[in-house]
Amino acid sequence: MSDFISIEAIAKRYPTRGGGTTTIFENLWLSMGRGEFGCIIGHSGCGKTTILNVLAGLDRPDDGTVIVDGEAIDGTSLDRAVIFQSHALFPWRTVLGNVAFAVSSKWPKWNAAKVKAHARGFIDLVGLSGAEAKHPSELSGGMKQRVGIARALSISPKILLMDEPFSALDALTRGTLQDEVRRICLETGQTTFMITHDVDEAIYLADRIFLMTNGPGAVLAEVVENPLPKDRVRTDLHRHPLYYATRNHILDFLVTRSKTFTAAANGHDPRNVPVVRPGIGEPTLVALAPAITDDIARPAGITGRHS
Amino acid sequence: MSGSLTLRAAIVSVALFAVLLLGWHLATRGSGAAAGMDPEYAKLMGATATQGKSAMPGPLEIGAKLWEHLSRPFYDNGPNDKGLGIQLAYSIGRVLLGYLIAVVVAIPLGFLIGMSPLMHKALDPYIQILKPISPLAWMPLALYTIKDSSVSAIFVIFICAIWPMLINTAFGVASVRREWINVARTLEVGTLRRAFTVILPAAAPTILTGMRISIGIAWLVIVAAEMLVGGTGIGYFVWNEWNNLSITNVIIAILLIGLVGMVFDQLLARVARLVTFPE
Ligand SMILES: Nc1ncnc2c1ncn2[C@@H]1O[C@H](COP(=O)(O)OP(=O)(O)OP(=O)(O)O)[C@@H](O)[C@H]1O
Ligand SMILES: [Mg+2]
Repeated sequence: MSDFISIEAIAKRYPTRGGGTTTIFENLWLSMGRGEFGCIIGHSGCGKTTILNVLAGLDRPDDGTVIVDGEAIDGTSLDRAVIFQSHALFPWRTVLGNVAFAVSSKWPKWNAAKVKAHARGFIDLVGLSGAEAKHPSELSGGMKQRVGIARALSISPKILLMDEPFSALDALTRGTLQDEVRRICLETGQTTFMITHDVDEAIYLADRIFLMTNGPGAVLAEVVENPLPKDRVRTDLHRHPLYYATRNHILDFLVTRSKTFTAAANGHDPRNVPVVRPGIGEPTLVALAPAITDDIARPAGITGRHS
Repeated sequence: MSGSLTLRAAIVSVALFAVLLLGWHLATRGSGAAAGMDPEYAKLMGATATQGKSAMPGPLEIGAKLWEHLSRPFYDNGPNDKGLGIQLAYSIGRVLLGYLIAVVVAIPLGFLIGMSPLMHKALDPYIQILKPISPLAWMPLALYTIKDSSVSAIFVIFICAIWPMLINTAFGVASVRREWINVARTLEVGTLRRAFTVILPAAAPTILTGMRISIGIAWLVIVAAEMLVGGTGIGYFVWNEWNNLSITNVIIAILLIGLVGMVFDQLLARVARLVTFPE
C-alpha cells in the first residue's frame, strides 16, 4: 500500500513547571493508504488529539514531519478537513450559512448561488434537508454534528480528520451517524483518520485500528487490521465470528497492555509497528520489523512480515 | 402568568408614581414655611418663600412649565434664552459626535490589541493609566490646546467614551473561542475575512456591551462638561437656570436628561439584541 499519509518521527513536548519537559510522544511513525479509514484508540491524555492536530496543521510537532500525498505539510490546508468534537459551528450563522462559509473559503470565486447550491447538496447528503435556515441553537446534538460533517465534506478534502465526533451523542444517534459516515466514506473513497474511545465504533468503521499506550511518552504499540468483511453491517457486527476476537484483542490492550507496554522491554521499533490481524483463536501477527522478530514475546501465530 | 406579572408591575409603578406626586404636592403646598425662617434667609430664597409658599415647586407648577416648554421647544431668544429642544439638540449632537469618533478609534484599536499579544502588552500600561482619569480633568488642557469650548466638550466626550469600548473590544476579540478560530484556520481563511466573518460576529455582543456603557458615561459627562464650558447645551441650561434660581426649570431639565439617557441605552440594547446569538 502506498503511503498517502506518512507521519514520520514526530514528537511533542511540553515544558513542565519545574523547568523540565514532558514528552507526550516522540519518534512516532504512522502511515495510511489512500481511501483508508484509520481509527486511533488510546486512553485519555495519551496524545491522540495532539496527533490529529499535527495532521490537521493546527499544531506543530517539535520534531519530525508529516507527509501527505508526497508533500510535507506546512500548517493547515483545505485538503485536510476537521470535524471537531464540539462541532464548532458558528452560532450566528444558519446551517446553510455554516456550510456555505466552508464552500466559499474553498472556492472564493464562486458566486453566491453556486456556493449555496453546492452547500445544499451536502446538507442533503447528511439528511438535513429542510433545516437549512435553522441556527445551531435550534438543532439537536446529532443534527449539529451532521452539519459539522457536511461542512467538512463540502470542501472535498483529501483527508477527513475526526476527533471523537460522536462521543457526545446518545447511542441511537451515534449509530445512525456511524452508518452515514461509513456510507459516505465508502461511496467517495474518502481517506479518514478518526479518534475514538469506542471499540465497537472502531471495529465498525475502521480498516485499521492504531493502538496507543498511555502517556506520557506514549507509543503506537500495535496496528490492528480489521478482519471483518468490507460489507459489514453495524447491527450484525456481533454475529460475525471474528468480531469478539477483534474486540477482545483491543479491550485486552486497553485494559492491561496499554499500561504495561514499554518500548524498551519489547524491543519495539516505532518505525515498524507490529500489524496484527485477529483470527479465530489467537490473534495473528502479520507483519513485524525483521530485525526484532525473535525478541518478541508474543502469542504464537506469526504468519508474515511487512512487505 | 408573566402577562399578569407585567400587569401587576405596571399597576405598582403607576401607584407609586401617584403616591410620589401626591406626597410632593402636599410637601410643597405648605403654608407659613417662612414663619420659622430667618427673615434674611427668607429674602434670599426669593418671593415664594416670603409669601409663605415653599421655594420648592410642586408637581402642578412643573407640569405647567413643562407644557410651556413642550409647546415651543425650539425658540431662540439669544444666548441665555433658548428652547429646551435646542439645548438638548446641542448636547445630543456633541455626545454623538464625540461618541462616534470614539467608536471609530476604539473598535479597530481594540481589534489590534485583542488579536496581537504584543500590542496588548505594549499598550496595556497606557490604558491602565489613562482609563482612571476623570474626563473633566482633560478640560483645561483641551481648552488650552483646542481653544474652542464646543470642540473641547466633544473631546472630553471622546476621551470618556473610548475606554469601555476599547477594553471590551479587546477582551471580546481575545476571547473568541479557540475552536471557531481553528475552523477558520483549517479553511485557510485570510486575516481580513477572518476578522470580519468570524471574530467580529463572535465578539459583537461584548463590543456592544462596551458601547452601551460608553454612551451612558458620555451622557453623564456631557452635563458636567457643558456646565464648565457654558454657551449651549442642557448642562449649561441647568447651570443657567440655577443662577436664575428657577428650580422648576432645573427639575424639568433633570427629568429630560434622564429620559434622553434612557433612550440612548434602549437603542443600544436593541442593537445588542440583534447581534447576540443563542448558543
Ligand atoms: N498546552 C499544553 N501544555 C501542557 N501539556 C499539554 C498541553 N496540551 C496538551 N497537553 C498534554 O498533552 C497530553 C496529550 O493531550 P491530548 O489532548 O492529545 O490527549 P488525548 O489523547 O486527545 O486525550 P483525550 O482522549 O482525553 O481527548 C495530555 O496529557 C495533556 O496534558
Ligand atoms: Mg482528545
